Amino acid sequence: MSATICDSAAEAVAGIEDGSTVLIGGFGMAGMPVELVDALIGQGAKDLTVVSNNAGNGDTGLAALLAKGRVRKMVCSFPRQSDSWVFDGLYRAGKIELDLVPQGNLAERMRAAGAGIGAFYCPTGVGTPLAEGKEVREIDGRTYVLEYPIRGDVALIGAHVSDRMGNLVYRKTARNFGPVMATAAELVIAQVSEVVEAGRLDPEAIVTPSIYVDRVVAG
Amino acid sequence: MSLDKQQMAALIARDIPRGAYVNLGIGQPTLVADHLPADSGVVLHTENGMLNMGPAATGELIDPDLMNAGKIPVTELPGSSYFHHADSFAMMRGGHLDVCVLGAFQVSAAGDLANWHTGEPDAIPAVGGAMDLAIGAKSVFVMMTLFAKDGSAKLVEKCSYPLTGVGCVDRVYTDHATFLITPDGVVVRETFGISFEELAGRVPVKLIAPAR
Repeated sequence: MSATICDSAAEAVAGIEDGSTVLIGGFGMAGMPVELVDALIGQGAKDLTVVSNNAGNGDTGLAALLAKGRVRKMVCSFPRQSDSWVFDGLYRAGKIELDLVPQGNLAERMRAAGAGIGAFYCPTGVGTPLAEGKEVREIDGRTYVLEYPIRGDVALIGAHVSDRMGNLVYRKTARNFGPVMATAAELVIAQVSEVVEAGRLDPEAIVTPSIYVDRVVAG
Repeated sequence: MSLDKQQMAALIARDIPRGAYVNLGIGQPTLVADHLPADSGVVLHTENGMLNMGPAATGELIDPDLMNAGKIPVTELPGSSYFHHADSFAMMRGGHLDVCVLGAFQVSAAGDLANWHTGEPDAIPAVGGAMDLAIGAKSVFVMMTLFAKDGSAKLVEKCSYPLTGVGCVDRVYTDHATFLITPDGVVVRETFGISFEELAGRVPVKLIAPAR
């Protein structure tokens, strides 16, 4: 089924349940679907596990969701930044769990989820605290760690333009986690700057094909 | 005289092969870009999904959708390309990058790298792409001061900080010397404002003198 083009961000995030795992795109603020995150705050889902590269910047977007106490656990690679005071405060107060994942593993574990891969052996992190307790195997003389997929109930991503079917193109480095997250969640919601008629996007240039996308809203 | 950080960056830039695909870590390693000759043909990779990244953007060129890994606005060069995160890290892990330059808290004689966590209990851990880069690039160069603020050497027999990668560092560029991590041991390639003997007395690692 083609994507549903929503009239509002509130409509786009309807039905997200308490306890969901939510993949949120963006690298810092580039590609962060701020309007969807704001709508999720309004929608009220709580006890969430959020998977995102960072753990919020400043007081808006993901940081605002954290500040409302809606997130039980953050899965990310780089929570600590100059403007991550909301996360820092919650973490130091013991009010949020942190699952720290090397950035490439974060991406590849979601890719695996989207591609139907049960697990994979990865060289990243071997011999470090982030691989402690994980199964290791030597293959052709090199040591690897077994890594499992990260699957979302929902993905909130930012893209540049969608057509009415939900085919997406991105803009510059705002692409980052969007295309991977779009494959890895049950319900994929994209915030875009413009929705155009099917046929207007060059099929050769489409990065996320419509099969992955469920709902689209123009921000 | 020991080297300042710009001189270290210039030294590293001279050692990067022409046309190499290179990732420069956040912080001091980004200075290396300023010392690459215009005709070097070096292509810079940024982990957030771009090849042939240009210099930092200023004024009207600032675009919130075009950032480097340190979230600093940057620019495109002719021949730039964009890709998603799984592809970006496949480039690292898959051994497609020729060189990466990383900062470090400590490097061991065996080339173990510690650069992501001080291990202090109240520190908020953050790893980013450091572990993927450390094990992925064909050559891993470290750029750091040789001594910590308390005077202790950061080139050590065994890292006391949590590791980023095991046996992954090839060269260590410091303000006092350049070290090559080799199967035979740590070779001092050159020293700056310090004799080999004095260096050997201050660094708790068996050092091999530079070839005459």
